[in-house]
Amino acid sequence: MALDAKIPSGPIEKKWTEHKAHMKLVNPANKRKYTVIVVGTGLAGGAAAASLGELGYNVLSFCFQDSPRRAHSIAAQGGINAAKNYQNDGDSVYRLFYDTVKGGDFRSREANVYRLAEVSANIIDQCAAQGVPFGREYGGTLANRSFGGAQVSRTFYARGQTGQQLLLGAYQALSRQIASGQVKMYARHEMLDLVLIDGRARGIVVRNLETGAIQSFLGDAVVLATGGYGNVFYLSTNAKGSNASAIWRAHRRGAFFANPCYTQIHPTCIPKSGDYQSKLTLMSESLRNDGRVWVPKRKADGRPPDQIPEDERDYYLERIYPSYGNLAPRDVSSRQAKYRCDEGLGVGPGGLGVYLDFAEAIKRLGKKTISERYGNLFEMYERITGEDPYRVPMRIYPAVHYTMGGLWVDYSLMSNVPGLFVGGEANFSDHGANRLGASALMQGLADGYFILPLTVGDYLASGGMAKADLNHPAFKDAEREAKARIEGYLAVKGSRTVDSYWRELGSIMWEECGMARSRESLERALQKIPALREDYQKNMKVLGSAGDLNQELEKANRVADFFELGELICADALNREESCGGHFRVEHQTPDGEAKRDDSNFAYAAAWEWKGAKERQALHKEPLVFENIQLATRSYK
Amino acid sequence: MRLTLDIWRQKNANDPGQFVRYQVTANEHMSFLEMLDVLNQDLIVKGEEPVAFDSDCREGICGMCGFVINGSPHGPVHGSTVCQLHMRHFKDGDALTLEPWRARALPVVKDLVVNRSAFDRVIQAGGYISTRTGSAPEANSILVPKEAADRSMEAAACLGCAACVAVCPNASAALFTGAKLAHLGLLPQGQPERYERALAMVDQTVLEGFGHCTLMGECEAVCPAHVPLEVIPRMNRDFFRASVRKREPKELVGGG
Repeated sequence: MALDAKIPSGPIEKKWTEHKAHMKLVNPANKRKYTVIVVGTGLAGGAAAASLGELGYNVLSFCFQDSPRRAHSIAAQGGINAAKNYQNDGDSVYRLFYDTVKGGDFRSREANVYRLAEVSANIIDQCAAQGVPFGREYGGTLANRSFGGAQVSRTFYARGQTGQQLLLGAYQALSRQIASGQVKMYARHEMLDLVLIDGRARGIVVRNLETGAIQSFLGDAVVLATGGYGNVFYLSTNAKGSNASAIWRAHRRGAFFANPCYTQIHPTCIPKSGDYQSKLTLMSESLRNDGRVWVPKRKADGRPPDQIPEDERDYYLERIYPSYGNLAPRDVSSRQAKYRCDEGLGVGPGGLGVYLDFAEAIKRLGKKTISERYGNLFEMYERITGEDPYRVPMRIYPAVHYTMGGLWVDYSLMSNVPGLFVGGEANFSDHGANRLGASALMQGLADGYFILPLTVGDYLASGGMAKADLNHPAFKDAEREAKARIEGYLAVKGSRTVDSYWRELGSIMWEECGMARSRESLERALQKIPALREDYQKNMKVLGSAGDLNQELEKANRVADFFELGELICADALNREESCGGHFRVEHQTPDGEAKRDDSNFAYAAAWEWKGAKERQALHKEPLVFENIQLATRSYK
Repeated sequence: MRLTLDIWRQKNANDPGQFVRYQVTANEHMSFLEMLDVLNQDLIVKGEEPVAFDSDCREGICGMCGFVINGSPHGPVHGSTVCQLHMRHFKDGDALTLEPWRARALPVVKDLVVNRSAFDRVIQAGGYISTRTGSAPEANSILVPKEAADRSMEAAACLGCAACVAVCPNASAALFTGAKLAHLGLLPQGQPERYERALAMVDQTVLEGFGHCTLMGECEAVCPAHVPLEVIPRMNRDFFRASVRKREPKELVGGG
């Protein structure tokens, strides 16, 4: 079955304007008759809930954290892209669109990406009006910095805490709607299931994490903005609580999961220090504006970095990619770091690291300027490693960071299940096989402020919803199943902790389906994961009760879903017999080790349909048509 | 290193709670929370319920983690959250007491986990700029002097972790509330609602049961985001000015 993305016709720069002009509208007095459920309070979910509330819909907003302000968007450091061209350096909507499609290795949908670039400028206006304290020039105008994969300076920032400030902007807008009663907020509530009536998304089942109560909520549309699934790998830059359960449960109810194998490995993270490691910490890509990446030219060179003379260092990104240098995109930079470490040139414990060196920048700009730009990142690095990056170069290594795949959505961000919308990292739409730096914040806010509030309204105005209430058998069945699942984890009473399984799953995923994948490694993973999952179901040990705060129980449920998703990631990676962006199949590479796409066979989005726990998932293809950008080999040389 | 931990265990809000002693082996590269992870894994294997504590991003920005170590919120090293505290700051044989934030407005949920929804309600009372999605002017039409933007950012960096309340002898939320008022009040965009905002937010802190500020300054010392104490006098000034200028809404709409 070929999927229909319902992309409006007409020239690309007119599509969104035309589409908006012909949307159906709900009259202001009728908006209060509709209820929209929004799960997740990050940039996409928080902005959508606030904006839908402002429009007059009843909104029910859910998050698993203790407050909507904690969503993991908060951890984004470097910045947000927008085609403002404030630098007069030749930026434009088209250029941002082009960079994003190329950055995604030509595996994203043109029309969506164009719209993203188009609304990017409005996002900056919106956030500035909300009081987001963006970095400024002395004249009072907004400042910009550069980011990977672009040759213009279009990234707006609030020190190294851009995600935090943008999220607080959305959180404050949401708080205003909560105060007005338009949005009802449910913190410490985790979604356990999606409820469909007559084939439409009509509600969710949630667990109150404080009391353990399992409860249903009815709505006219459901928006999932629950983030990415990088924690399948156990170690990632995601928050400990970030999980895939909401999108995975929706997938099991019929929503197609697209391109799960597109996972982004970020090149600049602090290397792992031991087996107890609970997460990996990102050092913003913005550091590569001034930091130079290098390894010693000599294998197992044991000398401290300051004793290695210039001519015995290999600044490999500058050498291989002279036009982009240290700002080569993430997938490319990560792969090159892996090659150096595979060659035995890595530094630090286990040889799993490369240097990110600021000595030259400090000499050129002074310590004060560097500290103004990256002070908090330098502090964080020192807190974690005990080393002072003003004096010794940072050691960095790639880590799982972002997932480009997610639930399949059409142009209106609606999944194949009518009434189920998906925004932000949880959907698959805008970044193709690799996301450029500072584009996640842009997409989250584009979806939340400017796209979902309109497209959800269009859906509601189209009518056709049957009357329903919480006594409908679909709700009762879903609640019963959720209860049984939760109680089931406690009933196993095995001998191994949930964390020990999660770590093992993560290490299978990293070893067999990480930065480099092959047919053999993926087939191995597809043997190991189901076996481990079976053991998990029989031997997990979860203590306590289901009737109060039980963090192990929450984890048990999330990890159960990670097992199934991990298998799908590997199956998708096996199916995609090409290399593109973050998906690198060793069988498909150019002689100099770059990703080799196969446009004639794989220029499609792979959308997987759940067929039952024991069945293979069915593959549906959405062909990607490029009318405005010519498919080309991606080169940053 | 071997550590002795006295940890506050409390089943739920109604349970009186008590300290329980544990021994744990850690190494200097672990973060404090990773040390607790290790303890919890041991407890589960032994069949004892693990210690509940909040954490999420574990990189010091989400504000979810936090408890008191030997009397100091987020532990002995100031300027970061407990997830960023590493074991190299401790030594073999140390005895540590771990307890939750203690304040009437922040009731204990379980063990080291507290309910901080009072903070959300303080923000809901007015901690925002009322602007509708889509109604914003071109961003560079609002010029913000760099110094104002930088100072606003200093205040906006608040994580909402509540360490300031935990350390305050009065359990005051003045640093938290003052930080939001300074963040918005220092910007031109925040001026129209500046004084109503100060009144509404301060009133809400009283309703929530936070104490009054007597400017002890302990909050500034433990704040992981380095929010400066000066936000509090600034808040007081705005609050008093707003109280004096306050008029009944009837008069404002009068004349018709």
